[in-house]
Amino acid sequence: MTTDLRESPAGHLREACAAASVPGVVTLREIPFLPQTEVRARDEAAAARLLGGLPGPGRADRHGERTVLWCGPGWYLVVGPPPGTAAGDGVAVVDTSAARTTLELRGPCARDVLGHGCRLDLHPRVFGPGSAARTNLARATVVLHQVDAEPGYLLYVGGSYADYLVTWLLDAMTPYVRG
Amino acid sequence: MWEIRARRVVLATGAYERPIVFPGNDRPGVMAAGAAAAYARAGALAGRRAVVFGTNDDALGSALGLLDAGVEVAAVVDVRRAGTGGAARAAGVRTEELARRGVAVWAGCAVVGTEADGDGGLAAVRIAEVAPDGRVAGGAVRVECDLLGVSGGHDPAVELFTQAGGRTTWSPEAAALVPDMAGSEAGRPTAGHGVPGTAAGGAPRSIAVVGAARGTRDLSDALAEGAEAGIEAAAQCGFASCAYVPPATDSVARTAAPAAFWFVDFGRTGTAATDPDTEAFVDLNRDATLADVRRALADGMRHVEHVKRYTTIGTGADQGRTSAVLLAGVLARLTGTDMGARTTARPPVAPIRFALVAGRDRGALSDPARRTPMHDWHAAHGAEFENVGQWKRAWYYPRDGEDMAAAVRRECRAARESVAVLDYSTLGKIDVQGADTPAFLDRVYANRFATLKPGRCRYGVMCGADGMVADDGVTARLAEDRFHMTTTTGNAAGVLDAIEEWLFTEWPDLDVRATSVTEQWAVISLVGPRARDVMRTLSPGADLDGFGFMTVREMPVAGVPARVFRVSFTGELTYEINVPWWYGAAVWRAVMAAGAAYGITPYGTETMHVLRAEKGLIVAGQETDGTVTPEDVGLGWAVSKVKDFVGKRSLARPDTARADRPRLVGLLPHDPGRRLSEGAQLVAGPDAVPPLLGHVTSAYDSAALGRTFALALLSGGADRQGATVYAVDGDAVIPAAVTDPVFYDRDNTRRDGGVREGRT
Repeated sequence: MTTDLRESPAGHLREACAAASVPGVVTLREIPFLPQTEVRARDEAAAARLLGGLPGPGRADRHGERTVLWCGPGWYLVVGPPPGTAAGDGVAVVDTSAARTTLELRGPCARDVLGHGCRLDLHPRVFGPGSAARTNLARATVVLHQVDAEPGYLLYVGGSYADYLVTWLLDAMTPYVRG
Repeated sequence: MWEIRARRVVLATGAYERPIVFPGNDRPGVMAAGAAAAYARAGALAGRRAVVFGTNDDALGSALGLLDAGVEVAAVVDVRRAGTGGAARAAGVRTEELARRGVAVWAGCAVVGTEADGDGGLAAVRIAEVAPDGRVAGGAVRVECDLLGVSGGHDPAVELFTQAGGRTTWSPEAAALVPDMAGSEAGRPTAGHGVPGTAAGGAPRSIAVVGAARGTRDLSDALAEGAEAGIEAAAQCGFASCAYVPPATDSVARTAAPAAFWFVDFGRTGTAATDPDTEAFVDLNRDATLADVRRALADGMRHVEHVKRYTTIGTGADQGRTSAVLLAGVLARLTGTDMGARTTARPPVAPIRFALVAGRDRGALSDPARRTPMHDWHAAHGAEFENVGQWKRAWYYPRDGEDMAAAVRRECRAARESVAVLDYSTLGKIDVQGADTPAFLDRVYANRFATLKPGRCRYGVMCGADGMVADDGVTARLAEDRFHMTTTTGNAAGVLDAIEEWLFTEWPDLDVRATSVTEQWAVISLVGPRARDVMRTLSPGADLDGFGFMTVREMPVAGVPARVFRVSFTGELTYEINVPWWYGAAVWRAVMAAGAAYGITPYGTETMHVLRAEKGLIVAGQETDGTVTPEDVGLGWAVSKVKDFVGKRSLARPDTARADRPRLVGLLPHDPGRRLSEGAQLVAGPDAVPPLLGHVTSAYDSAALGRTFALALLSGGADRQGATVYAVDGDAVIPAAVTDPVFYDRDNTRRDGGVREGRT
């Protein structure tokens, strides 16, 4: 096997993330190289067959080895092993693994940190585990997925925006982790 | 700053105590009666001997508050006449208590003037009988005091309510503009705009207004209103209710109605110098007086918004809090009309710091800086960066002692003579697939794509519905039903938006889906006559000789799966190596290593622009500006005569079809060292007089040509070839010869590797 030549978009900020993270308060790290696929379906039933099920609007579901996140009508981000292409049934399957990297923001203060730049109502009554949304965080577009109640969030962000978004998150975390 | 969207809103914003307009009402020592009492309660005495002047029972309460704090109250002046407010006021407990404590209430009177001490502070007031409409009806009596508390009533703080779409209405009972409850549900005006509420029962989203904000002056009434509205709002949002236990208050239940009293009216008799109205202030922030209002009326202003702008009343630091209703009242009284609306209160209600609005969006975070995977390499190798939209693009790579011109000349020479490399990762890329994609692309591009064979690329130009060039780029057919579209860097999002709009709203019957893959693919543009030699090192075993111009191949490059396009934006042999974003940096380094033997030179956007301009290749957004058709920039060959496409109909309009439209030409300044300025206007003669014939769109110094050159849009275009036109550049008028816009390798002998290899 050859050397892994991949470099993740936020790899240069790994140490800064580690230094700013305080377990039990809020932590930030990049989870690089998650395989991702965008699925766009004219025919939702065909997409459901392809993926073994589909989440409803605003949700993310696990189907087998894959997490399927709703991004918009007929539009899904699939994280996990790529589904086979389903030619001719109105479902487009596009490998976007390298297009976005994944940031994990976790801890009791994570929701407040996101609140500094996210216009969605992230209150647990409205946005809880299993909620997902394609939205803006600060000035970057993200697919936001709350994975558990701690709360832990996964943020899928375009590679070109990763440096900006991590820098922004580190700044927004400052009041919670300082001293 | 937090933005909160609520299903129910209860406004308990209170009220502002309104001043009264009378001569000398700006003298130090004159202040709001409620404020004087509140300060006194807190132990800060604004004076030792006070007069309280009011139109309402709250003024009486303030007088009692001053007494409680140990201030001597010399007189209480109430514009209301005994009997006019009914027996309730006559028997009001406050009046009784004031009498018991030895303070006389001067009913039916007003303060009609003030006198100053040696420092200009308040020394005495003059009190006179007045009619209910403010006309002075008797001689004045002088009363010494160093504090005058004024209460013209209370204006509900309706800013938030009106900003949410609510209206106000005049309440004679409250003598104030109060929220308009008409049409509201259970007395709560439905002022909200925005999404309809989703509360249980489907009740409309609504805003409740309680307490002084709706004109309620009694404390226990206000508390009860607030509690009821709060409980109701919670219930509407699906939360448990709770019981309201009213707290004990010193509320005075028996109060009389306030009077609407705006200004002390002397009639307008005197000259400006002696006119008391010139010292009767309507807006203390703006020093605008009753005389100013009268002047506005005399000059024809009637509407409160006009008078506001004429007098500046309401535009000061308090944004009309103390003057907007006062002005409306003064106008109603002076024009003999009913009380109308007050001036609009704009957000924010209270001043906020810009820093609060900016939040984290400042400094390095003021806007995202989008980075390519090779960004750090460029920075480490001395690149200057150029902002292209949000992208940071390598602009040029100066070596020690080089200025920009020298660096760009060196980079250009490398691309033309050996091999050079550009980070083109910012290129917009869209995966378009589905059975109807060929037909769809035929509609969105002016030229034909359905005939393109899989594995081949074609340049395409897109128009807007107006027929003007919207974007261009090379699109490749990867499979029968799948295309890789490219757009200009700046238009990537806009083109995808347009595609989605067409697909969702115009042609939903088409089986086409589009996905942005801009950030999936890093692009390394390997350019120059030695590019094939470098590719041989990077992709050993690949059949590069059979890899023809305008085709695409999947092949490993530097051991990484890549999609390589044989296109050219420079005229030179070019491999646009697309690799997954995360491999971009590693493959870039491999390209640099493989090219070292040939002196491979990284180049930036400036060199890219020079090279493409030498070939007469346009940049959408530089040669085009939304008023330029494909024909205008020499792309008439790409406009299909047979099929329909977005914008086709507009190209038949007389104006888009006329022959003398500005057309793309080349310019060679007579002075080969003189570089024209982009945007310079072109005229026919050295005297630089109109008509304007066009303008310079691109201008560079060319290493290949050994001189400067430019592209321009010139009326008449090709018909002027060989003629001289003049570019007006500041004070200079620069002659230039009109030429063909292709300056370099007009026969395209170099795109397959240059004449050296003899391929064309």
